[in-house]
Amino acid sequence: MLTMERWRRVITQYRSVPGDEVPVVLSRDGTHGPVVHGLSAAATMRGIEAGARVVDVQAIHPDLHVEPADLEGDEALIQRLVHWARRWCPWTARDQDHGLLLDVTGCTHLFDGEAAMLRDIRSRFALQGLTARCAMAPTPGAAQALARFGSGAQICGAEDVSAALAPLPVAALRLDTQTTRLLDRLGLKTIGALSDLPRAALMRRFASLKPDRNPLILLDKALGKAPNPVNAPPDHRHFITRSRLPEPVIDPAPHLPALVEDLCAQLARAELGARRLRLTVYRIDGDWRGLGVATARASRDAAHLRRLFDGKLENIDSGFGFDLLTLEALASEPLPLMQDHLDGKRDPSADVAGLLDRLAAKLGADKVNWPQWRETHKPERVEQRVDALHGTPTAAPALLRDRPLRLLTPAEEVRVIYAVPEGPPSQFNWRRVTYKTTRHTGPERIAPEWWRDRPGTRLRDYYKVEVEGGQRFWLYREGVIYDGRGAEPRWFLHGLFA
Amino acid sequence: MTTDSTYGQVLTLPRRLPSTPPEPGVLAAHAPLTDVFPGAFATAPASAFVLSLLPRGKGPVLWVQDFLSRRENGAPYTPSLRGFGLEQPVLLVTVSHPRDVLWTMEEGAACAGLSAVIGEVHGGPEVLDFTATKRLSLRAEASNVPLYLIRSGDPGGLSAARMRWRISSLPSQAHPYDAQAPGAARWDLELFRARGHAPGRWVAAHDPDKGQSPRAADRLRLVPYADDGAVAPGDHPIPQRSGG
Repeated sequence: MLTMERWRRVITQYRSVPGDEVPVVLSRDGTHGPVVHGLSAAATMRGIEAGARVVDVQAIHPDLHVEPADLEGDEALIQRLVHWARRWCPWTARDQDHGLLLDVTGCTHLFDGEAAMLRDIRSRFALQGLTARCAMAPTPGAAQALARFGSGAQICGAEDVSAALAPLPVAALRLDTQTTRLLDRLGLKTIGALSDLPRAALMRRFASLKPDRNPLILLDKALGKAPNPVNAPPDHRHFITRSRLPEPVIDPAPHLPALVEDLCAQLARAELGARRLRLTVYRIDGDWRGLGVATARASRDAAHLRRLFDGKLENIDSGFGFDLLTLEALASEPLPLMQDHLDGKRDPSADVAGLLDRLAAKLGADKVNWPQWRETHKPERVEQRVDALHGTPTAAPALLRDRPLRLLTPAEEVRVIYAVPEGPPSQFNWRRVTYKTTRHTGPERIAPEWWRDRPGTRLRDYYKVEVEGGQRFWLYREGVIYDGRGAEPRWFLHGLFA
Repeated sequence: MTTDSTYGQVLTLPRRLPSTPPEPGVLAAHAPLTDVFPGAFATAPASAFVLSLLPRGKGPVLWVQDFLSRRENGAPYTPSLRGFGLEQPVLLVTVSHPRDVLWTMEEGAACAGLSAVIGEVHGGPEVLDFTATKRLSLRAEASNVPLYLIRSGDPGGLSAARMRWRISSLPSQAHPYDAQAPGAARWDLELFRARGHAPGRWVAAHDPDKGQSPRAADRLRLVPYADDGAVAPGDHPIPQRSGG
């Protein structure tokens, strides 16, 4: 339900949605090809079931409209909704299969009673375009069973739990399919029938099942005879410090140290370190300006964080002045207290991380790179530079062939005189200097990568040549003559050997 | 006679090539700041020479380059650095102005977690004056991180570097299997100013088998120019060095 509604909501921003009468299914990858993950109302009416293979369903319903499901997006939405649902009560948790569990004990009177609260929940979900099926019961097990299999918006008191659960099918206890089928075969179709049986016989029958699959234990939890605690994830921590000024000022520099100290104290209490910081000034003309810095590893060293803003505060446009400035940690990571070396030496990796922060803050994060290597034949694609703040250095691959020490990007075109068109150059002109080659090796042929390059890309024949002055160059001829991919091949100088 | 301004002096170099073997400590000397002047399009030999000098360790190497140097001499091609025995990761920084190269090198020199800092500046900009090199040298001395400055296209002004080298390419050695192919690289290496060492000029070659050796003298072979004695003494001209 949630998958489909979210898909409909997202897709309407980009293109038109098929009409209500067209059956739409969302597919996810299964073991043997795509399987049905979410269904529209029309598809449910046709009798399509989730988990069926898409090809089978398409064979039966040729007009089926299949779209890929966004599983990560759905999961992210659920995780957001868990925290959003804390508007009703402080203790909310994720339940299986797109469910939310709210422990509203002692909170209902704030919303004028239980029925009004359920109404509020449903209407607020409806405003987001989501359909909520809710129920209220004394135990989490009973609440989820009533929400999924009950009549909707059901409120069940402490004394009539067993009565409310009795007509529901046994699958409402969230048994696995094998157990459900076994109980079905035994004639125990409803929870009422299951609870009426003598326990001793059932206990013997299901002794081998795990507690989270055992129907008797699950029944006890739903009825409140066994404990079933709800584990709520902690709230996101937000670290922010503010400085309100009595008079508008232009220069934020004198106020920064106090803000950083304050933020670091907050982070130290929570044993966290900041990865990204943002300084915002709120100008008196109602506008605001922000300034962000990032760190390579979590830090709450006030002097270090303050240094990252060096040379940047002058560029902030304060207009006619600002009277409020805030410093917030946009991203933070756990950073426990650490023991320094007893010999007084510092941790070298922490030093390097601090250096990365300073370089990236001053020069820009894209200017400070670690090299990473890829499996490819094209020499200029082998090395890939990643931002040092977020990437890590990888071990260099072993070189199988002779490669130059310096590479010109892009390769520079040279004018070449050769003895034979398929052979090495005997003389070439690069940057207005003519070089006569004395020795050469090659060609080393590097074919275009058909899975990546555009069609029509020409091959390259690389030569390592030594010229009269002693310099060693790496030249290549792009293509061969009469290869049907353009005119006469051109020559390029690509690298310099030691 | 060559006029060469180190500290404003005019040096008179001997007209004959020195055929003395290098002093034992020349390559082992850990200068805080080392200047390397590559000849025409000899930045690759200069990089190879610096890579052979680098101390082997675990800490990353900071390699900073200004935009002009990158355009003129190309970028270091990291997959081939291992060929010169460099196992530690390389942090690559590209900046637009030589001033930022000096700032980055200074920051790198203050960071004891690095094993070395290599800077490249092209064209001898004004900001790279004696004061700038003195700053770098003092920083490096304090933190014990060696700095190497590759100054291409630079006539070479005053510098506080303890060792100043000039390097250019020489025809390579004979290839063991193919007479047509270039063999192992050889360079014309000149130490023209060093504190505590006599200047000299040698034929240098990197020994790839000993790339992992902890001693720089093992990784780099310096051979004096052959003194054949056939030419009358004092009349042997210095081979034309390709001007910087």
